[in-house]
Amino acid sequence: MNGILPQAVRVDPKFKYEVASMPGGEYIKFCFQCGECVAVCPIRRFTDEFKPLRLIRMAVLGLKELVLPSREIWLCAACYSCTEKCPQGVRPTDVIRAIRYVAARNGYIHPFYRDQSKTIAEYGRIYKSEEPVNKVRERVGLPPLPPVDLEEVRKLMDGTGIKNILEDAENE
Amino acid sequence: MSKELRYLFFPGCFTASKETTYEVSARKVAEALGVELIEFKGANCCGFLMDAVDHLSASVLAARNISLAESEGLDILTLCPACFGHMTKVKVEIEKNKRFKQEVNDILKSIGREVKGEVRILHFTKMLLEDYGLEELKKRIVKPLDKIRVAPQYGCHIMKPTDYLGFDNPDNPEKLDSLVRITGVKCLDYDEKDECCGGLVTSVDLDLALALARNKLMSVSKAGADAIITICPFCHMQLDLNQIIVERKYSEHYRIPSLHYTQLLGLSLGLDAKELAINRNRIPADKLLSLIE
Repeated sequence: MNGILPQAVRVDPKFKYEVASMPGGEYIKFCFQCGECVAVCPIRRFTDEFKPLRLIRMAVLGLKELVLPSREIWLCAACYSCTEKCPQGVRPTDVIRAIRYVAARNGYIHPFYRDQSKTIAEYGRIYKSEEPVNKVRERVGLPPLPPVDLEEVRKLMDGTGIKNILEDAENE
Repeated sequence: MSKELRYLFFPGCFTASKETTYEVSARKVAEALGVELIEFKGANCCGFLMDAVDHLSASVLAARNISLAESEGLDILTLCPACFGHMTKVKVEIEKNKRFKQEVNDILKSIGREVKGEVRILHFTKMLLEDYGLEELKKRIVKPLDKIRVAPQYGCHIMKPTDYLGFDNPDNPEKLDSLVRITGVKCLDYDEKDECCGGLVTSVDLDLALALARNKLMSVSKAGADAIITICPFCHMQLDLNQIIVERKYSEHYRIPSLHYTQLLGLSLGLDAKELAINRNRIPADKLLSLIE
């Protein structure tokens, strides 16, 4: 900590229930902190910034203020190595994703995921315009992309409410 | 091959725009094998990336594609393990969880659609193994590539989570090995063969992603591979395009060509390297190609 005393952090004991209420977050409370998820994590090997076990422990402790705005929650590569090995069936990959869902609903989405989600919700694919993509495709002898039915996609995305989540993250 | 093989072709957004060499070679191979690829009209993104933000939206997108395929009465064939993994997971969740299925269908109703979960979602390799058949495929090999040694890169989303995908054993994967071996090449084992390429973190922390790619390149190079064989557009980006960036960043020299499996298979089917867009990969494969002439 370089001689700096840690700041007091507000604890929210309900945070773990919030995570558990999100799809994939159900088993967060089963974690008994064995550390297998850290041992098998390919991301953890190359950075100290990301540890599945630490994230889950912080969430269980209610350290919402530290977890939600962190970059750490977006470093998971979703390789599912931990989910395959967790002896308690916690499914850390899914729990971390559930934490992201809570973060998104509190205005925190990593810009990459926010922009991609906005583009998909609006244009049905990961590109805003098909024209440059079709130019690349033409050059290599591929047919143009079949157009997406945008009216249908936009109606569905109105129905799920994702646009509100994305807008709130934008204004944060 | 007794039955006719026809599929709705879903290359995936990333392959269709950034890894076109994969799509080009897959189309050529499908043509050579008599596998018919039908244009998937109206389909949207599989929803994979959106699953980091909202599960229902990500699932509804996948469900719409599945519902479109159900109307056509055809299975979905994709080149991307992320599309395969995500759409399969949504399909399994719909089968297992009635409430979830209802929730998804309530939203699909607004566009007059419904998802039943009746079609299969196939990755190109799964199609080759389960529908075309390894024995049939062997009969089509006209040019065994017996002078080269390759390292197969499995990637994560084709196998994991196993309880949803059930395609291979991530601790000791062998499906891609079997597909690679029939082309006549020597298929190498190497350290941490099952390890993640890091592709999904490139947009959040490029340096971290490069560290994972470098680790893979070191193992593959230690094993003495002439080429890396991938089945995922993100793995290919990490080990082909980003190999150049790794070399520059760490002042190291690898120059190991990364071929999409469809490019390797295409060569052994007697197709021309240029037709398979091998010359468009970032790491030149000239030396490799000279070994098979």
